[in-house]
Amino acid sequence: MISCKEFLTELSDFLDDLIDPAMKKHWQEHVNECPNCFVIVDTTKKTMQVYKGMQEQEVPTDIKSRLMQALEKKMAARKPAQQ
Amino acid sequence: MTPTSVTSAAFDEAPLVARAKAGDSAAFSELVSHYERKIFRLAKNITRHDEDAEDVLQEAFIKAYEHLDRFEGNSKFYTWLVRIAVNEALMKLRKRKTDKTVSLDEPLDAGEDLMQREIAVWDDNPEQQYSGEEMKKILEDALDTLKPDFRTVFTLRDIEELSTEETADALGISVAAVKSRLLRARLALREKLTRQFKRKGGNAFDFM
Repeated sequence: MISCKEFLTELSDFLDDLIDPAMKKHWQEHVNECPNCFVIVDTTKKTMQVYKGMQEQEVPTDIKSRLMQALEKKMAARKPAQQ
Repeated sequence: MTPTSVTSAAFDEAPLVARAKAGDSAAFSELVSHYERKIFRLAKNITRHDEDAEDVLQEAFIKAYEHLDRFEGNSKFYTWLVRIAVNEALMKLRKRKTDKTVSLDEPLDAGEDLMQREIAVWDDNPEQQYSGEEMKKILEDALDTLKPDFRTVFTLRDIEELSTEETADALGISVAAVKSRLLRARLALREKLTRQFKRKGGNAFDFM
């Protein structure tokens, strides 16, 4: 008899496939039979998916130009005359 | 010199890193162009503060430039850069002390707080029911509610997609601590988002 609480502690490794296949199968059987754990697995996966889908945004141009200015200053200081 | 496509999926950083190490600042600038968006996103997600995020972005690339000779190529340049940026971001958090819980060395929680209260299926495709801006706000607000150490681990593992080991390495904490915080972060976000996205019971036209 697997407890849901026990399963929850393994949830991340279960989702990341960081447990051995026999264990994975064992937990998968539990998930298939337990409506609560099934929903938790499903919605946790979806949570991870929506964050993975979070777009990288362009760095705003003013921030970008200040970054390049700061870097160029360092680069100029670093480099002795070079053709 | 042909400009390197910053959207190229198969970006090979190694030749640029080698040139940058040899003193080619144009090569370093290309690395900056390629990674600035990721580093900025990471800085924003960890600090949750616009000015701090800009500082982190600048300081991370300046430090990387100044210490490039110390980069030995045992890891990817990107992972090394992330480590620098994370350190800068954590320093900002500590300085600002908006949260009292910035220590990344807290003992592991006992596991009693995994209790899930919101257990409900989601609407199909929540991404399609909100505009990009709305969705971004929902996700950021949920991140905001996490303790910084959970938020940092989640950002590195599930947004920047570093491995457990790389995350542990970047934060100077154990793999077990990464796993414990990641689990709690995922479950906490799952609860927040479930409140937002759960399928409304009964009549689909109740709102009318």
